[in-house]
Amino acid sequence: MEIKVCGPGCASCEKTEKIVKAAVAAKGIEATILKITDFQEIAQMGIFSTPAVVIDGKVKSVGNIPKQSDVEKWIS
Amino acid sequence: MKTIQPADDDCGCDCKKTTLEQSPKKKNYALVRAGIAGLAGFVLWYIIYKQLEPFSSFFAYSLLGLEKGSHLGGAIQFFVYDTPKVMMLLTLIVFVIGIIRSFFTQERTRKYLAGKRESTGNVMAALLGIVTPFCSCSAVPLFIGFVQAGVPLGVTFSFLIASPMVNEIALILLYGLLGWKVAAIYLVSGLVIAIVSGWVIGRFKLEHWIEGWVQELRAGEAVVVEETLTWHDRIDRGWEAVRDIVGKVWIYVVAGIGVGAAIHGYVPETFMATIMGKDAWWSVPAAVVVGIPMYSNAAGIVPVVEALLGKGAALGTVLAFMMSVIALSLPEMVILRKVLTLKLIAVFIGVVGSGILFTGFLFNLIF
Repeated sequence: MEIKVCGPGCASCEKTEKIVKAAVAAKGIEATILKITDFQEIAQMGIFSTPAVVIDGKVKSVGNIPKQSDVEKWIS
Repeated sequence: MKTIQPADDDCGCDCKKTTLEQSPKKKNYALVRAGIAGLAGFVLWYIIYKQLEPFSSFFAYSLLGLEKGSHLGGAIQFFVYDTPKVMMLLTLIVFVIGIIRSFFTQERTRKYLAGKRESTGNVMAALLGIVTPFCSCSAVPLFIGFVQAGVPLGVTFSFLIASPMVNEIALILLYGLLGWKVAAIYLVSGLVIAIVSGWVIGRFKLEHWIEGWVQELRAGEAVVVEETLTWHDRIDRGWEAVRDIVGKVWIYVVAGIGVGAAIHGYVPETFMATIMGKDAWWSVPAAVVVGIPMYSNAAGIVPVVEALLGKGAALGTVLAFMMSVIALSLPEMVILRKVLTLKLIAVFIGVVGSGILFTGFLFNLIF
């Protein structure tokens, strides 16, 4: 499973990354977590507000920090 | 339509967030309960708020036994009164705005503005700029999103200018520390600058000065993840905002009020009048220029503004300084460089800077 956390690196984006990591650890799933900070790459995915979470190419959340329970649901 | 009714559902609204739909009756009940709790909370807030001033006098003059009218007494009373006052106002407003914001997602704002012509679009964009969440690090994705959705460049700039400048935190601090008149002047002039600057930039037709790769995205489609939020979620958002924003800015508020208290107690009344007074015409452009490289959030700058005003600095000059610090920040420009050419950034600074200058001179003339 490939999880992308998109954001230029502000506090909210870092929080999102932490939540995603915690969710992956809690579920014990094998996943590569990528942090995308390049605006161009983010915009090309159709994402225009950050932070955003993309799981296996599917955009799961845009413009807000997701809850860990939601992330766990998305990856299970 | 299926209504899911769990068997053991008498546990209030907390544990039912996972159910897809709530029956209308349950929803109303939760709403009424939230309303009553909110009202009770507000009454309690107000009672405490009203005690702050008598308490600060008691603290400085009775408890510490300082002399009324002394430098130290004045400074301490100012600090003990203003710090909790500003923090309480801040908490209340951030909470309420946090809830309101859960209704205005960037997706919705974008979609709404894309259908607007200029002029009306400029006005709507500036107004939406007040309530829509925005920080300098989300400026770029937001800008790209607006361009992609076909929002005119001038309207986009109205939003981009109003969003940091007409800031609810600055507004509430001005109201709390300087009264509603200064707050209203700040609100109206900020909106006018955003509307007019955006409109002027739109007239220049500078779309070709946006970086090429952004232009190419115009054909693309924005991914929208619609959230369904219950009232419970929205109230959670409010608390989140309080934790996040108040947790971040309190240190600036305390530092700002500390500086304010020192000036309040020790700097002579007319000290600032010579440098930042009405008669020094050059003080307005100087205030704008000094403000650009300074980057502070609104919370940190307002207490300083209060202190400057109290010591004879002219209102127009102080407003110009404050707007320049908040609206024209160097870090934001550096980030915007990724999507805008230098020429367009220069136009942006030029137009907004002129607007601030004009406001500064105008208010020095009136007051």
